[in-house]
Amino acid sequence: MMDRRRFLALGGLSAAALAAQACDARGPAGALKVLRWAERRNESVERFLFRHTSMNHAAAEQLVGNRMPSYYISRGPPVWDEAVRGKWALEVSGAVRRPLRLTLEDLAKLPTVTQRIDHFCVEGWTASTQFTGVRVSTLARLAGLQPDAGYVDFQSFDSGYHESWDLESATHPQTLIAFMREGRFLSSWYGAPARVHSPVKLGYKNTKYLTRVVFMPQRNGGYWSDKGYEWYGGT
Amino acid sequence: MDASPAAPHRPEKRHHWIVRATHWVNAVALTLMVASGLRIFNAYPAFARKGESFCCWPWEGQPVPAWLTFGGWLSGARNWHFAMMWVLAVNGAIYLAFVWLHGEWRDLAPRRGDVRDAWEMIKFYLFVRKTHPHQGKHNALQKSVYFALPWLGVLAVLTGLAIWKPVQLAPLTGLFGGYVWARYWHFLVMLALVLLGAGHVFMVFAVDPQSLRSMVTGDYDESRSPEALNARPFLRGRPKPVLTIATPAHPSTPMASTPTRIHPPENPSVGSPAATSPSSSPEAVPAVGNEDGAGEDEVVIVANPHVGREDATRVVDQSDGEEVGR
Repeated sequence: MMDRRRFLALGGLSAAALAAQACDARGPAGALKVLRWAERRNESVERFLFRHTSMNHAAAEQLVGNRMPSYYISRGPPVWDEAVRGKWALEVSGAVRRPLRLTLEDLAKLPTVTQRIDHFCVEGWTASTQFTGVRVSTLARLAGLQPDAGYVDFQSFDSGYHESWDLESATHPQTLIAFMREGRFLSSWYGAPARVHSPVKLGYKNTKYLTRVVFMPQRNGGYWSDKGYEWYGGT
Repeated sequence: MDASPAAPHRPEKRHHWIVRATHWVNAVALTLMVASGLRIFNAYPAFARKGESFCCWPWEGQPVPAWLTFGGWLSGARNWHFAMMWVLAVNGAIYLAFVWLHGEWRDLAPRRGDVRDAWEMIKFYLFVRKTHPHQGKHNALQKSVYFALPWLGVLAVLTGLAIWKPVQLAPLTGLFGGYVWARYWHFLVMLALVLLGAGHVFMVFAVDPQSLRSMVTGDYDESRSPEALNARPFLRGRPKPVLTIATPAHPSTPMASTPTRIHPPENPSVGSPAATSPSSSPEAVPAVGNEDGAGEDEVVIVANPHVGREDATRVVDQSDGEEVGR
């Protein structure tokens, strides 16, 4: 029994030592494969749970849009310089029959939606603001989706930032290409001239400073997804 | 468990192997869930929505110390959290299904008198009461904790789902008062689990280190239970058994036809000071240590044939004539 007790004590000590070493570490390297596998399994669960009819509305007493933080990966807020790049236009391309080029005026002429929804950040905070924009599903219909389009890549001029989505989430009725916020055109703090905004994905999936909406047969990763954040990132 | 008189004397398995396995899987999974969860919390160590204040957390904006966290960075912690959650939930479901189907829930379910018994335990730990209250497999304080933990686990899973899928599972999130509140409840449930878990680990080492062995091998020596040793944290009495064969303590429970597992007169070693049994069967307690304190507390271990495995020995404090327990 002494042996067993000593064995337990030693085992406990070495476990504690291992745990101490592992603390605030990323865990054993071999676990990464398992974690990746688990992420893909989670994605199937998340896609199973996903419903186009699940809607989000920010509660009326929680309207604090102007405190929504501003994020970009460039050094300063990215600004579309017309003198250098010409007039901004959103390109809708990829697995579509009729690729589109839509200026801000073209976008504004399309059927728009105004919604006040929760913005779920991967960090754990939420904020809400009122955005006006065109549904991605509207653009998909206009461009004529090809049957093999299962994913969408939202690309930007913010130092190559992009995030690709599954088609189901992208065509959710609350997924917008937003170009107005609280009744005004977007400022460069919030992704001008246009950005993706949706309650069904975490904040980092909502590409700002949008340039291209590319429908694809396969997924195309993303800025944060490639760094280790969940590719699906659903809410 | 077999109580046939023909069965050889060997220690009863205190915990079924499924209970032991799920206990240790849970210990690892819960630790990783808490540590990775704290790393996730540190990415935004507050509960308020942006631009609002939150009523019920005085430490808004204060991260927890990094050494308590696991995962390295937000993404790493999230990946661990969302992988380990399945281990925690499935393992918990196996445990709950087992205790339900196998009947172990009876050891944990609250009963009339538990509150009074818990109060007696507190009085004992505070030295207000001299002798350890009589208990079954667990004392009343333990029971309340082991009963609460699974429910807290269920709450942790539900609040976790509510903040994982606040849009797709919006009705569940709404049930907890919305995303901000669900996140708060998730944190508080974690705190409760950590506090009860820390108390549990402390008491294992301070009061009943033997239970650590019983959670590994399943063996438990009732003669060295906290009740038998009158154990308080870090204060364990020596077993000082003056073995006398007493009349059954409970004449009111007429179960005389029940086969008795403990039958001291047939055991030649009982009562002999020289007898040391290689097995740790509760009834073959060597009479050691009674030479120094023979007069100061007269403890009589009564082999009671009417009670089950965990009540194999009863302690009678003769000094004030009061039978310990009920």
